[in-house]
Amino acid sequence: MTSLVLLEHDANGIKQPSRSAVAAATKLGEVHVLIAGSNIAEAAAKAAKLPGVAKVIVADAPEYDHVMAEPISALIVALAPNYTHLLAATTAVGKNVMPRVAAFLDAQPISDIAEVVDADTFVRPIYAGNGMATVKSSDKVKVITVRAASFDPVPAEGGSAATEPAPAVDLPKNSKFISAELSKSERPELTAARVVISGGRGMQNGDNFKLIEPIADKLGAAVGASRAAVDAGFVPNDYQVGQTGKIVAPELYVAVGISGAIQHLAGMKDSKVIVAINKDEEAPIFQVADYGLVQDLFTALPELDKELGSS
Amino acid sequence: MKILVPVKRVVDYNVKVRVKSDGSGIETAGVKMSMNPFDEIAVEEAVRLKEKGVATEIVAVSMGVTQCSETIRTALAMGADRGILVESDVELQPLAVAKLLKVIADKEQPKLIILGKQAIDDDMSATGQMLAAFLGWPQGTFASKVLIEGDKITVTREVDGGLETVELSLPAIVTTDLRLNEPRYASLPNIMKARKKPIENLKPADLGVDPAPRLTVLKVNEPPKRQAGKKVASVAELVDKLRNEAKVI
Repeated sequence: MTSLVLLEHDANGIKQPSRSAVAAATKLGEVHVLIAGSNIAEAAAKAAKLPGVAKVIVADAPEYDHVMAEPISALIVALAPNYTHLLAATTAVGKNVMPRVAAFLDAQPISDIAEVVDADTFVRPIYAGNGMATVKSSDKVKVITVRAASFDPVPAEGGSAATEPAPAVDLPKNSKFISAELSKSERPELTAARVVISGGRGMQNGDNFKLIEPIADKLGAAVGASRAAVDAGFVPNDYQVGQTGKIVAPELYVAVGISGAIQHLAGMKDSKVIVAINKDEEAPIFQVADYGLVQDLFTALPELDKELGSS
Repeated sequence: MKILVPVKRVVDYNVKVRVKSDGSGIETAGVKMSMNPFDEIAVEEAVRLKEKGVATEIVAVSMGVTQCSETIRTALAMGADRGILVESDVELQPLAVAKLLKVIADKEQPKLIILGKQAIDDDMSATGQMLAAFLGWPQGTFASKVLIEGDKITVTREVDGGLETVELSLPAIVTTDLRLNEPRYASLPNIMKARKKPIENLKPADLGVDPAPRLTVLKVNEPPKRQAGKKVASVAELVDKLRNEAKVI
């Protein structure tokens, strides 16, 4: 059995969710990885260092920039006959590409797995994580996305895989990348951060998120938000933690002014330590919090900032 | 131009779902069912395109048990023109749904198909992408903005870390994210009018598709429960606990 994992990379190397996908794949046998884009020699070298990876397939061409679903799925389908399992992390890229791949191979994708039971059997969340379904696939090739929060990522270094160029494939020309507008932030990405501090409707407006920022800086934390805060227009959608946003599992999750709707809990309840700050002591968030502080966030946040600064 | 909008009947998003005690699935008996919220956004977007004069006809499609016709009626009340119901007692997984939609699209020849980015029951997030593959069309998934000009559609997509804009040749697939629009409530007159709009009834066999599921659910468990922890009295105590007890800062 051999798996192929689609990797995502940026200037810092192979992204953490992709390293979690590699970790899941190592439970299934030999692991090959695919890395795509133009001028990616450096990223390919980093991919070759991932422990547990036997081979790196390098698709170095401008057509693969921005990992558009149409060309990259055509390439993965061309490579598929050599593999029993095709995997990617459950990210915007993985979710966009892998179902398209699955359709070409007449397979039902297995989305967002949280556990590998055996080569055909996986555990995945349904109903926003309110149920964990154990599913068995009868497809010849399994097409999988991997919930990064459920698998410890393989380290960035330690392996030494062979690399080879990807085969030339006829690529569709029906889609074109126009532009990207990425949030500029010095802070870590939500899904990779060790600490996440999120604000909810209780923040009252977007300006008040400035109260969270100095604390996030002191903790090296990413800033997130509940869907209510996104819906109210306080912050952009890419801040959203929850069923319909990002799934995070940091070592420390701080929920500020968040009531704890089911849809939000689905996105953060696997965090190691959860702190809730809310003035409503009946808020459901306290039922999942390890440490609850019943206090108005507008007094608690400045105090917290001061307390952390005094160390 | 014609727009096809597939809509799914799911457990209402406000319902606190329960795992059945025998572990066979989620309790759905006697539970309120509604249109998948992302599909409402898809219908709304199609109706807005019709109101702008870009679209000429909107066809809503639903698949599953007989009651899915109610979901189609909701779409018709929002402004869709007619419906297609594919009735099946077999559980339809995204692969089967995409194959059925492919046959319907071949017949209906829409220029655009708008779907929800994911259904809130199985959380698969797959049907739109799979349908795009079967039709050989490009896909603009997780859309927060769409703009149609001539034979091109520009889609702004919600991606990790921000937004991405792509240009696709029509016909194309779009899947909706939250911020694309805010769906309307159907007015009473429109609900009355929707009752007179036609719904065509089909079976998977009529479309030549074998709908057998490829994933067998062996069991469904409750997720591990978190225990409520302790309350702290002050910010100072909180920081002390995080430093010295949990040791996370």
